[in-house]
Amino acid sequence: MSGFADLSGKVALVTGAAVGIGAACAKELAAAGAKLMLTDINAHGCEQLAGQLSEAGATAFAGAQDVTDEQQWQQTVTSTVEQCGGLDILVNNAGAYTGGLLVDNELEAVRKVHQINVESIFLGMKYAAQVMQPGGSAGRGGSIINLSSVAGLIGVPGHTAYGSTKGAVRLYTKHAAVEFGRLCYGIRVNSIHPGVIETAMGRMVFQDLVDIGVSENLEEAEQAILDMIPLGNIGAVEDIARMTRFLASDEASYCTGAEFVVDGGMTAG
Amino acid sequence: MRVEGKIALVTGGGSGLGEAMCVRLAQEGAVVVVTDINVESAERVAQSIGDRAIAMQQDVADEARWAAVLDDIVERYGQLDVLVNNAGIALVGTVEDTTLEDWRLTNSINLDAVFLGTREAIKIMKERGGSIINISSVEGIIGEQKIAAYNASKGGVRIFTKSAALHCCDQGYAIRVNSVHPGFIETPMVSGAIDTMGEIESEAFTTRIVGNIPMGHMGEPIDVANGVLYLASDESKYMTGSELVIDGGYIAR
Repeated sequence: MSGFADLSGKVALVTGAAVGIGAACAKELAAAGAKLMLTDINAHGCEQLAGQLSEAGATAFAGAQDVTDEQQWQQTVTSTVEQCGGLDILVNNAGAYTGGLLVDNELEAVRKVHQINVESIFLGMKYAAQVMQPGGSAGRGGSIINLSSVAGLIGVPGHTAYGSTKGAVRLYTKHAAVEFGRLCYGIRVNSIHPGVIETAMGRMVFQDLVDIGVSENLEEAEQAILDMIPLGNIGAVEDIARMTRFLASDEASYCTGAEFVVDGGMTAG
Repeated sequence: MRVEGKIALVTGGGSGLGEAMCVRLAQEGAVVVVTDINVESAERVAQSIGDRAIAMQQDVADEARWAAVLDDIVERYGQLDVLVNNAGIALVGTVEDTTLEDWRLTNSINLDAVFLGTREAIKIMKERGGSIINISSVEGIIGEQKIAAYNASKGGVRIFTKSAALHCCDQGYAIRVNSVHPGFIETPMVSGAIDTMGEIESEAFTTRIVGNIPMGHMGEPIDVANGVLYLASDESKYMTGSELVIDGGYIAR
């Protein structure tokens, strides 16, 4: 896919980059020529991936980051600008899933998933926009991509807490996009809404369907999910990574405040 | 090359968004069939592209012409991989001052033609798959009091797209169908519609619209062409029944 959404000269920070969609985004953005800062609460996984990408000729750094920690956000953004020479792209990907029936959910668990999925988006946008806006230490504007979900668009049993966080990400994105646009920051903000994707987190959804009694066993749960996907297959992490690359690039320079659904048709009907 | 070897048909390809799509698809390796009701404009675009493009005359509201154009494409190339239903018109009119004639004309070009093109393309694409891209508008998602018929036609395109996408999945065709929703883009269609308003009204309209775009400016045809290219290519292979909004934040507000 030569020439696709070239990112040479741009610097990208990807959170939750050790595995799954985050790791795929890191590879895709590296292939597009971006310099990378990869963070994860699992620093080891990130370091390994950054090492692999560097060996293949990319410029990639890794760091430990708990995305719910405000100080760590400040440090991560500062060190990205220092080490990579700027910040043009933030992929707010790190997230957690919690399932279970609403009547059984514990307040603490619901708060925790909001902290990881929503507060992290706030902190990321805040500290990234501070440096990306004109006059900031990076100062070149750029693109922020927030990972939401189809669960941020439609209702699914067992997904109330998770869905609430992803719905919040969807609108956080629009408000930030409009505000940043009005203030001429030159920063675009968009959300991506993956359907069911082949990741460890995606697999947790199958288990949850069993746990809440909607499906008898994992096999049946997987079939139930497949039946919800018109294209008939679970998505690949690369499907989301390519959309991320598109939105990160200047090819999407008139896209902001919009939601990009990559779900095999799951929410079309 | 992102769409190397694909055969693409772009309706309304002689100017504005359609022209930019033809150029962009050809740049990335597609062979482009440029159709337009104004065949001279289609020929101009095809000539500017060179070997990778041919022009055909097409009134997209004419059912028989769809069959003829597609037969011609199959005869020449043996296949069709990408259809961009782009041709469209915008007539200014509120619900109170739109004539039934204008309403029908708008819907025949903006909506009936999208149905005809999608239906006819599926017949050809169902064996080997393809990507159908219907150009709706942000005006197919939100209302604008001055363009009642246009709103209705573009809203129809948005949901018709999902219906067709689901049908193709149901039937096991490897055909993806998605819609693109441009905001206000600098094109002859947009400026033409605004020009019909009269000086004072058109100035007020432009000020209101541009003032409502969070990015603060109108888009360029290339912005939409890049989105179409993404949907035309296999990069978007997990997308169907989906919407690509390219509007500078217009409907986020």
